[in-house]
Amino acid sequence: MVIGLGHYLTVAAVLFTLGVFGIFINRKNVIVILMSVELILLAVNINMVAFSTHLNDIVGQVFAMLILTVAAAEAAIGLAILVVFFRNRGSIAVEDINRLRG
Amino acid sequence: MNPALTIPAFGPMLPEILMAAGVLVMVLFGAFRGERPGYGMNIIALALLAVTFLAVLMLPSERVETMAGSFVVDDFAKFMKALTLLGSAGGVILSLDYMRREGISRFEYPILIVLSTIGMMMVISANDLIALYLGLELLSLSSYVIAAFDRDNVRSTEAGLKYFVLGALSSGMLLYGASLIYGFTGSVSFPTIASVLTGTTVGIGAIVGLVFVAAGIAFKISAVPFHMWTPDVYEGSPTPVTAFFAAAPKMAGMAMATRVFIDAFPGILVQWQQIIVFISIASMALGSFAAIGQRNLKRLMAYSSIGNVGYALIGLAAGTPAGVQGVAIYMAIYLAMTLGSFAIILAMRRGNVMYESIDDLSGLARTHPALAFCLAMMMFSLAGIPPLAGFFAKFYVFAAAIEANLVALAVIGVVTSVVGAYYYLRIVKVMYFDAPGERYDAMPFGVKFVLAVSSVFVVLFGIVPAPLVAAAGAAARSLF
Repeated sequence: MVIGLGHYLTVAAVLFTLGVFGIFINRKNVIVILMSVELILLAVNINMVAFSTHLNDIVGQVFAMLILTVAAAEAAIGLAILVVFFRNRGSIAVEDINRLRG
Repeated sequence: MNPALTIPAFGPMLPEILMAAGVLVMVLFGAFRGERPGYGMNIIALALLAVTFLAVLMLPSERVETMAGSFVVDDFAKFMKALTLLGSAGGVILSLDYMRREGISRFEYPILIVLSTIGMMMVISANDLIALYLGLELLSLSSYVIAAFDRDNVRSTEAGLKYFVLGALSSGMLLYGASLIYGFTGSVSFPTIASVLTGTTVGIGAIVGLVFVAAGIAFKISAVPFHMWTPDVYEGSPTPVTAFFAAAPKMAGMAMATRVFIDAFPGILVQWQQIIVFISIASMALGSFAAIGQRNLKRLMAYSSIGNVGYALIGLAAGTPAGVQGVAIYMAIYLAMTLGSFAIILAMRRGNVMYESIDDLSGLARTHPALAFCLAMMMFSLAGIPPLAGFFAKFYVFAAAIEANLVALAVIGVVTSVVGAYYYLRIVKVMYFDAPGERYDAMPFGVKFVLAVSSVFVVLFGIVPAPLVAAAGAAARSLF
């Protein structure tokens, strides 16, 4: 079996969906949400690199490198905010993020 | 010679370069100077924003592309950048006294505002998906930190955390859409995408990508159904930060929406028009109905901003030069109304306690007649009552929608603005007819200044609308 563009796109779509569900269905821990966000970004990277190879165009790979860089910055900021939240609230369980509700 | 190897023209990027160099100087200055009382860094930030504002005004008015076509400057970019800079300056000025009194007057705040503003300006000028994404992340990452700026306060950090999680999700959706658009059109550049996606030959892949990009953009401008972060983040963040979020990023977000849909997808207007019409109606309806039950003024302003985004999107849904002109006028007037309203919320303070509830406004007309008059003007304007500025804002977008045969959309807009008038007018009723409470402290100078400027604009716009309308018209024409 030849592994073509369609297979890569399917894997990326499955990972993306897993990431989105990881954010919404997860009821336990904010760290899992951060992991899900990374999963989404990496799914996008698979898409980018697959399309880049398929189109024989380097731009997709450049985009993927930039996404990796931004994902690192995003994780750093997310963890920093999580740390200050933990210091105030004493918990990072998703059900404890409930002070603001209208 | 390969054109990619020539040195690009830096002139059109001068405002962004000035800001980036300035913010680096500010970081160094802040690091060496350390924590010291006083407004030094805020004043540097305001000076930097002012210099950048002048640099934006002096840009050439014809369309210029640079950086291998990924950065574009035209009248639309100039107009929206000017509004964004005003919004950011408002965010800094409103924070001066508040941050000192709350004991969170750290030098990072103006630095983060300037960084976020650079991101907004890049987003406004982005002419390909990579520049759009990088600008958007610079804007968002700084915003997450600003939302959690009161780091010893559980509400502020919770607002930052919620904003971060949902913001990261929306960036992911935007990126997934960007990857599909790139894959199915073969380019990330808006003009190339526009030339590929024309007529009826559009494949399903690019349309799915467009929907994901629209979802990401809708999140950034807090349009329904991606608005769920807005009330919580607005309520939890320190009030000057909320004022900043309601002002500057909204300008950049609407500019981004307009540029992406009009510049990159003009050939498939019928496809995205349905999406925009739907989120516009949903935002107007939710903004009007959900605000009725709110007691907290910041939450009320959050729902009000969701509704206002819905009205601005009517102009975008029209997809015509008149519609884009309506969007530009709407955002300019919304900027004045939102900064003015937040200035009044910041004025409600006795000693160390800030009051944020609608009941705390009770009898304001007797204790603070001038303040009550200004807030009444803001509320009448937000409700769209002539001859105040808010009426003209709605008039231009509704007129554009009717010209573009979107009569039903305009009618729904009028109906929801009548519903919205209920809660705006309730505030006026509480101020003028309820029993007065104790007096509030005297307003600090910065808050007074922002309130005076925005009140004068809102009240007098109807007399001399021509300059703004002409500038918005030129901005709109530059996109077509």
